[in-house]
Amino acid sequence: MNVDRSSVRRETASLVSRSRREFLRDAAGLVAGGALVQGSPFIRAETVRKKRKVVVVTFGGGARDQETFAPEGQENIPHMLGEMAPQSSFFTHVTNQGILGHYVATASLATGVYETLNNFASVAPEHPTIFEYFRKELRRPSSDAWVVAPSNGFHRIGESEVRGFGPGQGARVILPKRLLGLANSGGTADLEHLLHDNYETPLYTPALAGGEIELQQLEAILKLSVGDFSSHARTLSSPDELSLYIAKRLMREEAPSLLWITMHDIDVAHSGAYSLYIEGIRRTDRLCAELWKTIETEPEYAGNTTMFVLPDFGRDSDFDAGGNGFQHHRTGDAASRTTWMMVLGAGTRRGVVYDTPIQSIDLVPSIGAMMGFSPSQSSGKLIRDLV
Amino acid sequence: MLPGDLKAESFAGYPPQARAIAVEHVEALRRLPIAFAPSLLRELIDYDYKFPIERSTIEKELRALNALSDAQRHEWFGGFESISLSPSLENFNWVNLPAQFVEQEAAYLWSTHQLDAFRKAAKDYGDRLNQLAKPESRKQRRLGIAVVGGGVATYKEPLFRILRKHGTYFTNVSTKDAFKSIVDLVERRAEADPIPYAHWYVDGGRLHPHSEHITSVSYEALAPVRDSLLKRMQSEINRPGMGPEELRTVLARLNPADLGIGADLDPVLSRFQLKLFSEGSGTQIYSTTFAQWATREVLRRAQANTLLVRYAPRQRQRPMNELLAGGRSEAELDPVGSLVDAEMGAYYHWINQQRLPGSDRSGFVAWFEGHGEAIAIGPTMPRGTESNSAIGLQELLSLVSA
Repeated sequence: MNVDRSSVRRETASLVSRSRREFLRDAAGLVAGGALVQGSPFIRAETVRKKRKVVVVTFGGGARDQETFAPEGQENIPHMLGEMAPQSSFFTHVTNQGILGHYVATASLATGVYETLNNFASVAPEHPTIFEYFRKELRRPSSDAWVVAPSNGFHRIGESEVRGFGPGQGARVILPKRLLGLANSGGTADLEHLLHDNYETPLYTPALAGGEIELQQLEAILKLSVGDFSSHARTLSSPDELSLYIAKRLMREEAPSLLWITMHDIDVAHSGAYSLYIEGIRRTDRLCAELWKTIETEPEYAGNTTMFVLPDFGRDSDFDAGGNGFQHHRTGDAASRTTWMMVLGAGTRRGVVYDTPIQSIDLVPSIGAMMGFSPSQSSGKLIRDLV
Repeated sequence: MLPGDLKAESFAGYPPQARAIAVEHVEALRRLPIAFAPSLLRELIDYDYKFPIERSTIEKELRALNALSDAQRHEWFGGFESISLSPSLENFNWVNLPAQFVEQEAAYLWSTHQLDAFRKAAKDYGDRLNQLAKPESRKQRRLGIAVVGGGVATYKEPLFRILRKHGTYFTNVSTKDAFKSIVDLVERRAEADPIPYAHWYVDGGRLHPHSEHITSVSYEALAPVRDSLLKRMQSEINRPGMGPEELRTVLARLNPADLGIGADLDPVLSRFQLKLFSEGSGTQIYSTTFAQWATREVLRRAQANTLLVRYAPRQRQRPMNELLAGGRSEAELDPVGSLVDAEMGAYYHWINQQRLPGSDRSGFVAWFEGHGEAIAIGPTMPRGTESNSAIGLQELLSLVSA
């Protein structure tokens, strides 16, 4: 039998056009959202809005359907599939129409506008962030909005420079790997390699000034000595594990109402080693479940927290000749632009799958509707199935 | 500068053969839209270091462009003409730095949401060129062979899962002298059809002895080149003002001699080796990535008629706690992780082979080195089936390539 180029093309089309609802219906026993009586669970939850907390996790950086929620990838996400999906509203068709670099895409997620900033530069988002809207309209202190991000490239993700918003009005940003580097200054060359973690351009990370103030965060905010921090880091296997550790300390000590965690281990795929990419997905799956368990058990979060998990974008298809499959996200093809989103916790419907196409920039207005603020400059739309 | 301003002197900085071709076709180049012309020049400027089939492709493309009427040219390039570029891009030295231009153009297209339009224009253009291509008349069917899993004693997970639906999965392949029989077959094919750069052997470790008729590259033999490149990258990164784009520009300008690749080597092959490391991501660090990327490039660029790829165990990625503990710096190997990498690499090998002309006749075998499992894909192989019959590797290769 012939295996020709047309068969490869047919396979591509079949993968792309696969009913995205096939994702979960059989595997996790979820129901289709269209079958439900309409009406927002958040309207019913209005009375608890003041105590509402939101945690956003970017499942990153960059994971394809076929290694996650598509049937052939489900073995890589046992925790999300078995423990979290049955409790969640699951959106199978999330597209990112913006630039597919991790910093610029995360900035777009956080502003609700497709940002066009230089992915590798140390610059602020060009539009107000969700954190600025949240704090300004709800008059929340800086301790109420935090970002935990992997590397130096994300240190300005917390706030824009837009008039009326801007410096001092956004989220506080903590970079656990940078803290680790500062805490271990003069460490080994191997560690130095670990800290240069921008996988898109290995060996390159924007330089940041300062450091002392950041180390003081450990003591003052996280109630953690530099020594204890370093010792604990020695028990962890990856930077995202370190991020989760820091996030849990933040939740315990500061209990921010808006917490944004950017995972990044998966982006090791840029090295071209498929096994490491899969390992990163499995680890992130485990860490997401661990974070959800923390939310369910921390008194400040249990019962009043909504958690969003979504990749910032996908990765290139195996069949686009311009790319090299899972390794990068450079072609802008459907596989690299299309992902999923899981929403669970307070105010969400449990065990429901939505095929309605949404965009990643819809996240900000939807969280705004949940928490009671209006992201006026966002170009995203409300996710009606959610709010 | 716009393409309409091109003159013969514009190509004075090109290597001799590239310059001659550019001058010969300057009228055709002058009529191209600026959103497209640098992409063609990026290939043309390296003409002197291209494989024969790439040279032939460039010449055919230029001849086709020369022959276009005004109406046809508008039809072919309408999509590119509707792309708008910034003045800074138009003023860029795109004639002499076409690769850097294309990179900056890509960033601009992303930021102005014109990437999809560009992709469509490029795909339509490629389809039109393909329609002009004559059916190839190679003597041999194209054959790909991937050898995976060296160093893995036992592996309980199902192998070649993605490939199985495209061919027959064998579970009882004789391993006696198996790798030698593969090399023998590649040598016989090279001797029977001795086209330069048509028969390749890529090894993620050390090369097995083979005939000089086979073009070969290996991760181990290129260790000094890798080390030299990594040192250079590190030193560039530490320079003030250096960023990712600047770094890529520096890498794009490297010559084989800059990394200690001997001047006595074939200039086409030495340039190919350089690009495996300066353009590949992760090829400098993981042998499995090197083997996969080299496979992709050998097929994309040289359109190899025979390609044997042997994956070797790559170094293990050390977890954070080990790195923090310091100490051991010798590289340990990760055979099982490498097998998973290689399994995906074999799949990409087959996909890239299927992109080439004559794919309906081509054959492919992936074998778990030292074990009885193999997958065979070819016109005569049943798809999605499994065979437990005893079979030699040589016989299996004959089935897909005869």
